Amino acid sequence: ARASVSLKAFRTVQFAGLTDVSIAEDIPVEGEITVPVGPHSPEDDYSTLDEPVKDTIMRDLKAVGKKFVHVMYPKKSSTLLRDWDLWGPLVLCVSLALMLQGGSADSKDDGGPQFAEVFVIIWFGAVVITLNSKLLGGTISFFQSLCVLGYCVLPLTVAMLVCRLVLLAGSGTVSFIIRLLVVLAMFAWSTLASTAFLADSQPPNRKALVVYPIFLFYFVISWMILTFTPQ
Amino acid sequence: MAAPGAAAGGGRSGTATGAAADWGGFEDNMQGGGSAVIDMENMDDTSGSSFEDMGEMHQRMKEEEEEEEEAEGEAGAAEEEDGEFLGMKGLQGQLGRQVADQMWQVGKRQASRAFSLYANIDILRPYFDVEPVQVRARLLESMIPVKMINFPQKIAGELYGPLMLVFTLVAILLHGMKTSDTIIREGTLMGTAIGTCFGYWLGVSSFIYFLAYLCNAQITMVQMLSLLGYGLFGHCITLFVTYNIHFHSLFYIFWLGVGGLSTLRMVAVLVSRTVGHTQRLILCGTLAALHMLFLLYLHFAYHKVVEGILDTLEGPNMPPFQRVARDIPVVSNAVLNTTAKAVALTL
Repeated sequence: ARASVSLKAFRTVQFAGLTDVSIAEDIPVEGEITVPVGPHSPEDDYSTLDEPVKDTIMRDLKAVGKKFVHVMYPKKSSTLLRDWDLWGPLVLCVSLALMLQGGSADSKDDGGPQFAEVFVIIWFGAVVITLNSKLLGGTISFFQSLCVLGYCVLPLTVAMLVCRLVLLAGSGTVSFIIRLLVVLAMFAWSTLASTAFLADSQPPNRKALVVYPIFLFYFVISWMILTFTPQ
Repeated sequence: MAAPGAAAGGGRSGTATGAAADWGGFEDNMQGGGSAVIDMENMDDTSGSSFEDMGEMHQRMKEEEEEEEEAEGEAGAAEEEDGEFLGMKGLQGQLGRQVADQMWQVGKRQASRAFSLYANIDILRPYFDVEPVQVRARLLESMIPVKMINFPQKIAGELYGPLMLVFTLVAILLHGMKTSDTIIREGTLMGTAIGTCFGYWLGVSSFIYFLAYLCNAQITMVQMLSLLGYGLFGHCITLFVTYNIHFHSLFYIFWLGVGGLSTLRMVAVLVSRTVGHTQRLILCGTLAALHMLFLLYLHFAYHKVVEGILDTLEGPNMPPFQRVARDIPVVSNAVLNTTAKAVALTL
């Protein structure tokens, strides 16, 4: 965004050292003149405005899908960190909250507090963990950390799905043991996946301090999943 | 950006017969200086940004043009004022926009300054500067009462350990609610758990800090928060064990033993930092009472509170307080109780 000033009694040579600012002659200067971060931003805007909506949606869906794959097979890659987005966490959070909802004994007001509870726990917990890791000297940014923690809820969502299916079959001893094992496994997977992404950004001797709140966070979610009983 | 131009133009046009004279004077400053630095004396209301200056100059030029066009055969001062008037009317929408823009800039500056001052988490950074070994050492120390009470004991002003302990207590309370009771209104129960634990930690710390101020004890707020937070370690252990193994006598043993140890440690540290018998008595009596009673409350009355909430929400179809888990299948309960009995037998 470069504007040009052309004033009659004004010598641009005076300001040549400052910056090359100019506006059209009959339009007064107003608004914000921002220095572009790089030369590619105006071109990017044009290109994403002109493409069909399907392309935009598919690109975002593919990015989310790629991140899901990264969570299920956690390798030390920086995709999750570099291009963070919060679509995946939102989808996971909403689906987990919806699935946890049917456990109300009283059908009068169905799961209102439960949905809000799960939502608040996940986001509030993620914010607290992020603040904690930043205060301990982490190099990761706020939204990157939220992104990683949200995406690593995926194994627990899968566990919830499995639990619901198992509960459809019956709610006896066997089903409890199956559910316990599944939830334990997924809880371990979640914690390990998020640790793989987050612990690298910490000083090496403080990894335990960052991992413990993550452990607690996924423990609370796993506990909610395990003790869920539909009525 | 050009709004200061309007203000400056209004201010300056009264000082000289023609705007051109001021304009020329301004330019002389620029030319005389030979540098890009703008002489701030000529500016009424700018922040020194070069964009604002250019915008202002552009604005002045436009006003000057309009004045020249519209005020031809009139006297100087009146002409200037009329010109200003006409200028403002003619530029009304634009002037309004510029004023709004200026106000937005000022507001944004103030907000970002306030934000960087108050919401700066770097304020808390020194309190989180710990190593895992230190945290472990402090956790274990919190159960060991100090012997030397004539010499002020050192308290580390650290907030990581206490914060994690409070969250652990919240998790344990949730776990306890689930095993001893049922499904339902977890929204309310969750809020109650967090509110109770954080309320205790922050509220009692503040209260004891206030008492310490009255009793002339040497302790800061952060140290008090840290001390009480680490004192919750005993609570965590007790509740973790007794929520899983439901024996009243076991609870009383843990209450006196573990709770008592952590209370003794806190009391000893406070006593070492206070002079005077009455003051020591007041401070430590209050802290000991609150700490032990909190554990009792968490174990017994918390369930009653939960039952009360459930009763009001669901009506009186809930059976009276029972410690048998109803919804977790029989096996887990049987397993736990047989384990407990085996442990009791070996003890």
